[in-house]
Amino acid sequence: MITDIDAKLLEKIADLTGKPVGAFNIRKDSGCEARQSTEHIQITNKEDKPGIVIRIADGTKGEVCHIPVIISKTGVTEMVYNDFYVGDDCDVEIVAGCGIHNSGCNESRHDGVHTFYVGKNSHVKYAEKHYGENDGGQTGKNVMNPQTVVYLGENSTMQMDTVQIRGIDSTRRSTKVVCEAGSEVVITERLLTHGAQQAESDMEIVLNGPDAKGRVISRSVAQDESSQLFYPRMVGNAACFGHVQCDSIIMGQAQIRSIPEIAANHPDAQLIHEAAIGKIAGDQLLKLETLGLTPEEAEETILKGFLA
Amino acid sequence: MLELQHISYHVSGPEGQTDILKDVSLTVPDHKLVVFTGPNGGGKTTLAKVIMGLVQPTEGRILFNGQDITGLSVTERARLGISYGFQQPPRFKGLTVHDLLLLAAGEQKLSKDRCCQFLTKVGLCANDYLDREVDVSLSGGEVKRIEIATILARNSQLMIFDEPEAGIDLWSFARLTETFEQIHRQHSATMIIISHQERIIQLADEVIVVAGGAPVHRGSVEEIMPLILGNTAGSCPMLGKEENR
Repeated sequence: MITDIDAKLLEKIADLTGKPVGAFNIRKDSGCEARQSTEHIQITNKEDKPGIVIRIADGTKGEVCHIPVIISKTGVTEMVYNDFYVGDDCDVEIVAGCGIHNSGCNESRHDGVHTFYVGKNSHVKYAEKHYGENDGGQTGKNVMNPQTVVYLGENSTMQMDTVQIRGIDSTRRSTKVVCEAGSEVVITERLLTHGAQQAESDMEIVLNGPDAKGRVISRSVAQDESSQLFYPRMVGNAACFGHVQCDSIIMGQAQIRSIPEIAANHPDAQLIHEAAIGKIAGDQLLKLETLGLTPEEAEETILKGFLA
Repeated sequence: MLELQHISYHVSGPEGQTDILKDVSLTVPDHKLVVFTGPNGGGKTTLAKVIMGLVQPTEGRILFNGQDITGLSVTERARLGISYGFQQPPRFKGLTVHDLLLLAAGEQKLSKDRCCQFLTKVGLCANDYLDREVDVSLSGGEVKRIEIATILARNSQLMIFDEPEAGIDLWSFARLTETFEQIHRQHSATMIIISHQERIIQLADEVIVVAGGAPVHRGSVEEIMPLILGNTAGSCPMLGKEENR
């Protein structure tokens, strides 16, 4: 049964209000709460491990598949394997995400491995939001460790947007994308940590085929005593183009390490990385104050824009 | 009306105290256009920042419409109707031109037509710029013009512009002077403009030459322009000597 708390989590992580349209699978406290397949998108249980298999038929266009995970009990820990087989000539959107409402003092933890096998000439938009909250005064930790592996077929594109804004005490994210000829992946990662939270993002984009393109845009904010570690790697094995851009705003006593790596194994591989860590500039705050915002509103506006 | 009474601003360094502003008193009546001009380092920008609250004076009082605003924050002064266009405006990753105009106007929504009005006045096309982030992808001149557009969107009673012409191309500059002229003609705001440009100085009701931390000359354009032009290389005794050799 979907409770009010569950409904709130679903809205937070997947913008879902009411029953989703199209294919969906709602996982709640390690069980399947609801599922629906469509003519072109089939969702079945994975046979060897916990998780689901999503098969998207060749030529599927304009369909959205929601696969949110919610944990509303304290002390739930799970490891889930979801496999996505996207056919040729598709244009689909997949909305994943995990929301934890921790009502007690035990750790709640979701570890998930998403593996995508994308065919040729397809476009996949993949969104993943992570959100955590605790019942008032409860101390149970919320932990999420997502792994995403993508095999991107020839001339296919993938737009991957990941968001984690507050509430997750510890996260270790691992992303690997292998791009074949003419394919393109754009990864946008947005992260805000606060309190004593820790976040680590390990990313590897392998540009295997000619004209493959990879772009990583990582924007993060570390507040209070939180810590973040980024390790984006872009590997060019062909005449390809890769760009890694990591920007972080550091606040309070937070710590951020950003270690971008570009590796070219082909003379025509063009790879660029940029990384910057800095405080909110004083002149940015003052400018917004001259527009009538309080210092607090100015800071919030800058962070909101930065992570938008 | 804006009134500065005996404003001084000192800073202390290893070599003792430096007086940036020295006992400045002046009045700017409503709907007037006043230009601060003078040599670099003379105190023009500090004086303008004191009015906005970006610099707190060591001594003196500032009255705006009769209210003592000396102790008020930047935010409070902005809400009372003072706005400030920075000489070197900051850039914002993630905030678009539309976001800034919206914040400046203090409204939840701003139609494209209204945004277009503000941007056209500084020589920018809304179609090209509204959705662009105000980040390093924009040139210095573009950021400067967007900065001025935010002041126009703010529509405040007292507008302060610090060298609005700096970094702006000739065509946009011409458009900008027309905009200042229009605001002045319509009596829609009081303007203090820090400028070295003759075309902007020509628009002024009053020109105040600030040098050495205080106004040294003030008067109409006709009175002040000959003094400015006279105080150039031609009037420098050293340069004059060299030229006569």
